[in-house]
Amino acid sequence: MLNKIKQFLKSFFTDWGPRQNFKLGLYGPPNSGKTTLANKICIDWLGEEMGKVSPIPHETREVNVKEKVTIKAKDGRELIFNLIDTPGIATKIDYEDFMKSGMPATKAKKRAREATKGVIESIKWLDEVDTVLVVLDGTQDPYSQVNVTIIGNLQARNIPVLICANKADLKKCKVKKVQSAFPQYEVMGISAKYGKNIEKLYEKLFELARK
Amino acid sequence: MVTIQFVPYTEIENLSGLGRIRKLLNIAKMNKIVLLQGRLRKEEEAELIKTTMEEIDKKFKGIELAVINPSQTAKDDLQKFKYGFLNMFFGETQGLTIIGPSSIVKNIKKDPNKIELLTKEAKR
Repeated sequence: MLNKIKQFLKSFFTDWGPRQNFKLGLYGPPNSGKTTLANKICIDWLGEEMGKVSPIPHETREVNVKEKVTIKAKDGRELIFNLIDTPGIATKIDYEDFMKSGMPATKAKKRAREATKGVIESIKWLDEVDTVLVVLDGTQDPYSQVNVTIIGNLQARNIPVLICANKADLKKCKVKKVQSAFPQYEVMGISAKYGKNIEKLYEKLFELARK
Repeated sequence: MVTIQFVPYTEIENLSGLGRIRKLLNIAKMNKIVLLQGRLRKEEEAELIKTTMEEIDKKFKGIELAVINPSQTAKDDLQKFKYGFLNMFFGETQGLTIIGPSSIVKNIKKDPNKIELLTKEAKR
């Protein structure tokens, strides 16, 4: 009920002018490239990175917010939003997995503790975001329950969603498989690392912001 | 040895959201694989992940979760309507939820037509 009232108020106000300062969330499982995408957006429009990236999962363990990111369309339109980079959502975290990457036990345990808190924070922020880019690793199985749960929760909250099948620069990336797993959503193959389809993604953000 | 505990929907039907999560998570924490008739609500699934994270410690490392939702594989609008209708009157009884402790279940692979549950080898 509260969500419906929130949605009504949001649409009431946004229909009367350009949408400003909405919260764009980046959600997805660990290591799907959320922070890489956040960095790409921030470098392109603010000239600075947002966070550190790492091949070891759960590098982002806190919700990071970059305020007033302004992107411009070719026709001069502007879109201002707060970019929310969230820790990857997982159902299990074992410090021993971090140790397999050569991390010492104390550091691995600390990382695991922080990672569990990060997942909790990400889920809490589902009530705060206005629009979401779900960033999935296009080389991985899209049918994982974490993906389904994230997207299902966004749908239940009536939050506009665009699915980004990231790592499209890799041969193993199967954008069509991601699309077939979530046929009711638009899926865009991107490479956050190399900027593939990023211009298209920026154009798409203008459409998403109007929803 | 792997123990699978079947939980009929009637056992969770009248519980609160938190009560449902508590019941299912308690079984998983006893190193049993939960086979729940039906599904949790979408919000409850997220809450299950959140509660799981809150409870991770030296012994409990989390869960593997898979939900089979027949309405997602409905071939046409009529089938979708049928499942929607059943859910409206009988709750989320359609489908199946599998929750396994990650100490036992390595991975649950799911595609629309089959589900594979990969277990870990017991440490000797």
